[in-house]
Amino acid sequence: MKLSALLPLALAAALVGLLARGLLQHDAQAEPPSPLIGKPAPALDLQRLGGDGTAAPQGEVWVLNVFASWCAPCRAELPVLGELASQAGVRIVGLDYRDTAEQGAAFLRRHGDPYALTLLDPQGRGSLAWGVTGVPETFVIDRRGIVRLRHTGPVTAEDLQQRLLPLIKKLQHA
Amino acid sequence: MIGELGQFALLLALAAAVAQAVLPLWGAQRGQRRWMALARPLAAVGFVLLSTALAALVASFVQVDTSLAYVAANASQELPLGYRITATWGGHEGSLLLWAWMLSAWGALVAARSAALPAAFAARVQGVLGFVAAGFLAFIAFTSNPFGRLLPAPTEGRDLNPLLQDPGMAAHPPLLYLGYVGFAVGFAFAVAALLEDELSPRWTRWARPWVLAAWSALTAGIGLGSFWAYYELGWGGFWFWDAVENAAFMPWLLGTALIHSLAVAEKRPGFLRWSLLLALLSFSLSLLGTFLVRSGVVSSVHAFASDPARGLFILALLAVSVGGSLALYAWRAHRAPPAERFALGSRESLLLLNNLLLATATATVLLGTLYPLAAEVLGGLRLSVGAPYFDTVFPPLMLPLVALMVLGPLVPWARARWAGLRRWLPVALGALAAAVALALGLQASLWTAAGLAAGLWAWVGTLLLAWQQRRAWRQELPLWLAHAGVAVFVLGVTLVRSLEQTHDLQLAPGEQARVGAQGLVFQRLEAVNGPNYRAARATLSWQRDGAAPLQLEPEKRVYGRRQMVMTEAAISRGPWRDVYVSLGDAAADGRWALRVQIKPFMSWVWAGVLAMTAGGLWAVAARRRRPALAPQQLEPTPLSVPTLSTP
Amino acid sequence: MRSLGAALLLSASLAVQASDLDQRVERLARELRCVVCNGQSVAESNAQLALDMKALLREGLAAGRSEDELRAELVQRYGEQVLFRPGLHAGTAPLWFGPLALLAAGGLIYWRQARREGPVRKGPA
Repeated sequence: MKLSALLPLALAAALVGLLARGLLQHDAQAEPPSPLIGKPAPALDLQRLGGDGTAAPQGEVWVLNVFASWCAPCRAELPVLGELASQAGVRIVGLDYRDTAEQGAAFLRRHGDPYALTLLDPQGRGSLAWGVTGVPETFVIDRRGIVRLRHTGPVTAEDLQQRLLPLIKKLQHA
Repeated sequence: MIGELGQFALLLALAAAVAQAVLPLWGAQRGQRRWMALARPLAAVGFVLLSTALAALVASFVQVDTSLAYVAANASQELPLGYRITATWGGHEGSLLLWAWMLSAWGALVAARSAALPAAFAARVQGVLGFVAAGFLAFIAFTSNPFGRLLPAPTEGRDLNPLLQDPGMAAHPPLLYLGYVGFAVGFAFAVAALLEDELSPRWTRWARPWVLAAWSALTAGIGLGSFWAYYELGWGGFWFWDAVENAAFMPWLLGTALIHSLAVAEKRPGFLRWSLLLALLSFSLSLLGTFLVRSGVVSSVHAFASDPARGLFILALLAVSVGGSLALYAWRAHRAPPAERFALGSRESLLLLNNLLLATATATVLLGTLYPLAAEVLGGLRLSVGAPYFDTVFPPLMLPLVALMVLGPLVPWARARWAGLRRWLPVALGALAAAVALALGLQASLWTAAGLAAGLWAWVGTLLLAWQQRRAWRQELPLWLAHAGVAVFVLGVTLVRSLEQTHDLQLAPGEQARVGAQGLVFQRLEAVNGPNYRAARATLSWQRDGAAPLQLEPEKRVYGRRQMVMTEAAISRGPWRDVYVSLGDAAADGRWALRVQIKPFMSWVWAGVLAMTAGGLWAVAARRRRPALAPQQLEPTPLSVPTLSTP
Repeated sequence: MRSLGAALLLSASLAVQASDLDQRVERLARELRCVVCNGQSVAESNAQLALDMKALLREGLAAGRSEDELRAELVQRYGEQVLFRPGLHAGTAPLWFGPLALLAAGGLIYWRQARREGPVRKGPA
């Protein structure tokens, strides 16, 4: 048996191995880590819808939440965000994706407003700058302005207790 | 009731396949005539049973029997009859049943025509085919059963995906599978040859018409898929290097190398091992493609819903078939007669280059397709590899091949005689000069010039060759057709890619615009109702100065059941250019977005594919018409012409 | 023949008339992946994100920024997966050098086969 005759078999075996690993390990739905993690938070130069203060407060841990009036999960997570704001004592900045001022204001009036500051993003530029792929998405930024976490999808009570609160507490005492 | 009949037939077919896999192979190994003689009847029985199962599924679709889960997911009462039939293979389960049916049809055909083959060999071939069939039927029966019941049955079905409600889609999977699955025959012949006591080249003579037929069908199937994507998807592209497209393209590339190797393997022992390996690998790539499309490991616009459990099953089937056959190759291929020496520049060397370039191209496509998966699994990286990558690496591999293609029939066997080629040098230089001139005139890129040069050289070279060999046209026509097809295809793709123009307009009904020397008038917009959709249809008049106006009617359709919006492009085809218009969205002020594309030489792409298919089919037909030949007539020999040397 | 000449001239003239910016946006959009779609490019997709990206590209190119700059910015936001033709670095070396390596291997096989000793064919082929 010549070595060269074994080569096709060896290559095929390697390929099958790779595919098997890919099948078992690959989760197409898994959320890809944000490339912004560990990098400075992008600027938010957008029109204010409501609330006050600056968008990216230096020296404190803060949270960015991207939402839209036509997004049902966004509505569902509003109370949880309220909890987050009070329990962690943290500022939540809301980024209203692709809404008019009227739509955004009406949404918050009807369903509650956990945001210390709400910004309007009618063209989606702000979201593009943050690498947003859908609504809702939530980011945690530390005291030095570095992005530390991105959470895609609505924040559930479980996410709050197990992911967000521990991280924020840690960052606040760092 | 029909569903139960289909289910029953399916399970019986599985049993028959298992029998077909075991008994004839064992019989051939032991020299037991009775077991070997079971091969052909079992193949016939399997075919009848699977035809019954497929017919039962089609009947269930025609009746819209929503108590079958698969039918409920892919049909509706409003679906027109024709599409009810083709919806049978519109989803994973049904298309797999079609796959299995194709395999049994090929097997039955081979059984019917193998009376002249030695009994042991024919038995082995059927045994291998039975093994593959058993694997697929088990997969269908246990993980992807189209006859599964959904109780209580929904009153309405989900309707067929609107993308698939189209004549092109009706024909594309059957034609594609005809080719894709047809390579199993070559695979079976190669395995049977390896199992024989003596490894002789005669199997290549028997295998050749089957492989040519499968190759022709695959060429047509891929071409039809592109043709359909072109008019159906609405943005004018026809090849996207999508994983599913690549899955069909890789077997085609190796299959091309295979048909060239088979043509000469009987007299050139060096190509016997190539033929064996290529036959095994082509079908292996077909199996790999089936895996990629249905397992979800690679993302694709075409992919069926993914399911890792199913993926593992196919992977196991792949591992056993491919691993087993390649292990057999490693173990027994060395018994092939030794290759003879040939010079660089001889016809053997060019055929070898052909195989190497095609193999490299295939491996490159495989690399690009699987790289994102490998990078993630092995390195945790998230990458995408798409059309821009393939467009960069693939042409440099293919263009030299196209250029060498012309030389193949011109050079002698075994020796290199450059003197004979001197007459062709002016032709080559002329093609190069014309290409460069055209590229400069059009302000096009270097690659456009290269593509034009290769295409022109291949085109003119093939025409001249045909003229020289014209008296042997009955034998040589397949080669001329296929090679001319490649030339025309390369020219078409090169020209359309470098010359196409896209214009985005905003027009309201009644308005008009000028596009270069053409005028476009938006005459009217009307609401149209189809059997299962509502559409907005625009009527446009495209006027070239001095020519009669063309009417174009692009549509935007909303299919009610699935809430899908489809863009139906309007295409005016011509030998020199296509005009492609698609309707975008309406703006608030009543204006519609219109995309107008002008694609020069687009039809040449389809013409090239048709010519290649025709060449392959002619070769199959011609082989059958030819009576038993003396050995030296087995491959096309150019008639004595001064520039070609006679060995 | 006249139609052929006309077709080529037409294409050449249109090359000058069609908006250069449109073409640049289209070309760049073809190289970028729509990350919320199933494998489509930004050019092909009608998803909101893809449309937003196209608008960003158009604005950027019109303002004089280069294609490389815009590509780099999107990679910063969305990761390398947004490029359909990944850059050359350690993680993509096999991808870019692979075809060359395969060609070289093929060349080696070709060289060895054609120079090997073996029986010479006698008589007519």
